[in-house]
Amino acid sequence: MIRTILIVLLFVAVAGTGYWGYSEHQEKNAVLLQAENNYQRAFHDLNFHMDSLHDKIGETIAMNTRNQLSPALAQVWRLTSEAHNDVGQLPLALLPFNKTEEFLTKMGEFSYRAAVRDLDKNPLSDKEYSTLKELYANSTEIQNELRKTESLAQKNNLRWMDVEMALATNKQPEDNTIIDGFKTVDKSVEGYSDVDFGTEVSNMEKMKDRDLSQLKGKKITKEEAKKIAVDFFQLKKNVKITVESTGKDAKYDAYSLTLYNPDTKGTTYMDLTKKGGYPLYVLYDRNVGKPKISLNEAMLQAEDFLKKHMESQMEMVTSDQYDNIGVFTYARLANGVRIYPETVSVKVALDNGDIMGYEGTDFLLAHVDKRTPIFKISEKEARTNLNPKFQVKETSKALIRNDINEEVYCYEFLGILGNDTFRVFINAENGNEEEVRKLKEAEPSYNDI
Amino acid sequence: MKRNSAYIKGAFIAIALCFGLLAGFGQNNAHAFSNQVIQVGATGEDVVELQSRLQYLGFYTGNIDGVFGWRTYWALRNFQYEFGLPIDGLAGGTTKNKLANASKYDKAWVNKQIDNGKKFSYYGGEKKSTKSGAAKGGTAKSGTPKAGTAKGTKGAGQSKAKPAQVKPAKNIPNGYSQNDVNLMANAVYGEARGEPYIGQVAVAAVIINRVNSASFPNTVSGVIFEPGAFTAVADGQIYLTPNQQAKKAVMDALNGWDPTGEAEYYFNPDTATSGWIWSRPQIKKIGKHIFCN
Repeated sequence: MIRTILIVLLFVAVAGTGYWGYSEHQEKNAVLLQAENNYQRAFHDLNFHMDSLHDKIGETIAMNTRNQLSPALAQVWRLTSEAHNDVGQLPLALLPFNKTEEFLTKMGEFSYRAAVRDLDKNPLSDKEYSTLKELYANSTEIQNELRKTESLAQKNNLRWMDVEMALATNKQPEDNTIIDGFKTVDKSVEGYSDVDFGTEVSNMEKMKDRDLSQLKGKKITKEEAKKIAVDFFQLKKNVKITVESTGKDAKYDAYSLTLYNPDTKGTTYMDLTKKGGYPLYVLYDRNVGKPKISLNEAMLQAEDFLKKHMESQMEMVTSDQYDNIGVFTYARLANGVRIYPETVSVKVALDNGDIMGYEGTDFLLAHVDKRTPIFKISEKEARTNLNPKFQVKETSKALIRNDINEEVYCYEFLGILGNDTFRVFINAENGNEEEVRKLKEAEPSYNDI
Repeated sequence: MKRNSAYIKGAFIAIALCFGLLAGFGQNNAHAFSNQVIQVGATGEDVVELQSRLQYLGFYTGNIDGVFGWRTYWALRNFQYEFGLPIDGLAGGTTKNKLANASKYDKAWVNKQIDNGKKFSYYGGEKKSTKSGAAKGGTAKSGTPKAGTAKGTKGAGQSKAKPAQVKPAKNIPNGYSQNDVNLMANAVYGEARGEPYIGQVAVAAVIINRVNSASFPNTVSGVIFEPGAFTAVADGQIYLTPNQQAKKAVMDALNGWDPTGEAEYYFNPDTATSGWIWSRPQIKKIGKHIFCN
């Protein structure tokens, strides 16, 4: 009797467990399928967008009139951005696919620049047509390779989840058709890396390739770096300092120093350039208490600090309080002109006015000792190019980097339109409106962060 | 008895008068501002008072949110212009005294409104009629010492439906929102909570470098949720609640600090499974992570 009951109970337990396992399994599959579907959609979208991109580029080569060409180029721009977006949704992070992404971005930039240009006055040059032809050839290759991959994936029922697994565990990713396909695409793009996209895009590249070789001074040693750090902070001797050199592939050759001060229990991190020993950044990490000094006093501290450590004359351009921290940005002032590319940031603790950080990388990269200011038109003439509804409150001279990364001299107008405050930059040579910057108002906080 | 009660009455009146006077002073001078100079970008109690007083006089028409933004700046400059002060947009000693004498400030009331997360305005009597909330705000006469003169309240229900209470505002670096900061703090906390502070700033800086890079998505969320890009996203650690330090690190990175030397990748050499990542040009090691181009 007892035996029978036990057997029945056991049977029920086994059946129950089995059912539970089965439903768990079903649920897991449903979730995996959901993820797989998302990947599939992104993948097929990518193919679709590359197909239309290819066609559109082909059409632009054949087109002649402006009212056709501009919209077509705008379409190219849109499609590159769609394709880029699709790539971002595929699990390719561990796969070398960034050449293709970069290519898409550049192609987008190129077509955008051409699309917004007045092609009646300034038609596409022969050089630009040959660029378009090269882009067309390249997109043919990408399209073919992707189509091949897509059809193989469909035929063999390949799953993106397997790709993800293969990439994550690094188990022979070689024999995965999809991975191979994408690798081939990236290779083929590499072959087109010397396509001339024109000044706009190459300026973007130039910005990326800047380095610190123009700095004055000779190479410093680790010991010298330590000494500079000690002088910089006027430290006492009980501070522990470690120095490490950056790797050989670093864009900016520097020493990374870590200074631990047992008195304040704070750690300071700083990078000094090997050439000349200039500080790239400084960050001081310690607990900051309740704010006791005002943002204004903190600003005076920051200015004091800059006077001590920088030869150039600096002018404050932004000041912000983040709870117990004040952050200030300064631009160099040269002969009454604000040099916006040469900025430094200073962070000040509002409990006792300590300098909590300094960031000078941009300044070092952009710094040029002498520029020749070009102010061909007068401020009055520049004003005529402003939006008539824009109410000017302050005017100054500035050097900015415009949206194609060229340095241009401008008149800077600070003013209001409606309830918003703007900075408007008018080119001082030809009166073009170079940039309109809406200054941000504080955001209401929706919950306490 | 009669005389006695009259005496008591008199005393009461005297005391009441004293209180009235004190209250009057309280709102005007004694408690006006701390002695700091207030400048653009500042936040806190003094800014709330500055905004309230400027609004009382009709110079400031924005929300009283405790952040010295541009609207407050222009309001203050207009005030300085009208009252013949040097126009510098700084609320220093003279400016604050003039402002305190010209306006009234009911600190308790204003703070209560802020705490309740209600939309409110604080206009002085004569301006009241032209501004919102006249009907609801009652008909307090200007001149009564009990401050609060004509505080136009707009009930929260009257304005648009709000997703949450509106608390005092916050400064956020240009181009980003508080929600971006939160999302990044989640990613940093999930990825690098065991790292030294500088390592957390570095991880946040890599996210920003990727957003700015041509070969990655162009949004914070696009970069963070790119499949396979961050292990913390893959295993759900990104949904842990970040601590203050992670938020601080994100703010530093957003304000321009980049300890990585413009790195776009990093990996933990002890756990990295991908051989490819080792082939990237390495910049430096911060904490446990190696940062590469």
